[in-house]
Amino acid sequence: MHRVAIIKFPGTNCDHDVAWALKAVDGLEPHVVWYEDFELGGWDAIVVPGGFSYGDYLRAGAIAARTKVMEKVAEAVEGGLPVLGICNGFQILVESGLLPGALLGNESGSFICRWVRLRVERPKGPWLLLLEDGQELSMPIAHAEGRYFIDEETYASELSHAPLIRYAEGWNPNGSLYDIAGVASRDGLVLGLMPHPERASERIITPRGHSPDGRLIFQSLAVALRRGW
Amino acid sequence: MTYAVEVVITNKKQAKDPEGETIHRYLILKQGIDSIESVRSGKYLLFKVKARSPEEAVEVVRAVCEKYRIYNPTVHDIEVRLRAQSSDY
Repeated sequence: MHRVAIIKFPGTNCDHDVAWALKAVDGLEPHVVWYEDFELGGWDAIVVPGGFSYGDYLRAGAIAARTKVMEKVAEAVEGGLPVLGICNGFQILVESGLLPGALLGNESGSFICRWVRLRVERPKGPWLLLLEDGQELSMPIAHAEGRYFIDEETYASELSHAPLIRYAEGWNPNGSLYDIAGVASRDGLVLGLMPHPERASERIITPRGHSPDGRLIFQSLAVALRRGW
Repeated sequence: MTYAVEVVITNKKQAKDPEGETIHRYLILKQGIDSIESVRSGKYLLFKVKARSPEEAVEVVRAVCEKYRIYNPTVHDIEVRLRAQSSDY
């Protein structure tokens, strides 16, 4: 079994949903770990789940990003451990500098909770192993600060060669630049995305017209940990 | 001496500011006030700092803002300035 740490901050609320979705995948053994208790060693992957860490005070993810545990997560990435940030977890990874860009308040000013269609580009690394270039995915979003921002130069230098998850044409819900829903490091080891794959892991809670494609991300991890990537 | 140092965080020019735009369009232009060309919204923080001089107080706050990313340089501009030379704030 491959052990996946799910890091819980004060205000994280998607930790058990992620654990539930991971548990359904053969070969993965999820553990919810309180941020102060996390130690390196013995883990095969790390997930920073969604929620409202530190009440989204200052900016979503800004306070969690300065905690000791995020220094350890950065160290884990250096050591080659796959890291996934979902929603608030993505915001934390961006604020930590593990992924480029920033996440601003939605263009509409509202919290938005709805299913969207996504398109994967240049899939690479453990989280996107089972996906193909151009593949469309369905997942729900649920956020107030999901408008991705990046300056043109950084987009050209870092993101135009990296794996990306974009909102499919006509589905950009929040005014994200370049329709970006998720970004990865160039090798795909670190992935962050605003949509919730854990909420798109079961048919029974998937609305008509969509499919539970989030589980492909967790299944990718399981296959990657088994066979390499 | 205690100083009040204020920090104003705004989105960089390149980043859209829907809140500022909405205030401008629906509160100001709608009233027929066209001398106001734009509005930018932001975040305001007030620090009470013990320091030997106002310059030192501002410097301490500026350093903290940089070190702990009180603002996100990717997308924000920041202004750090002295507001008052007392602890009344």
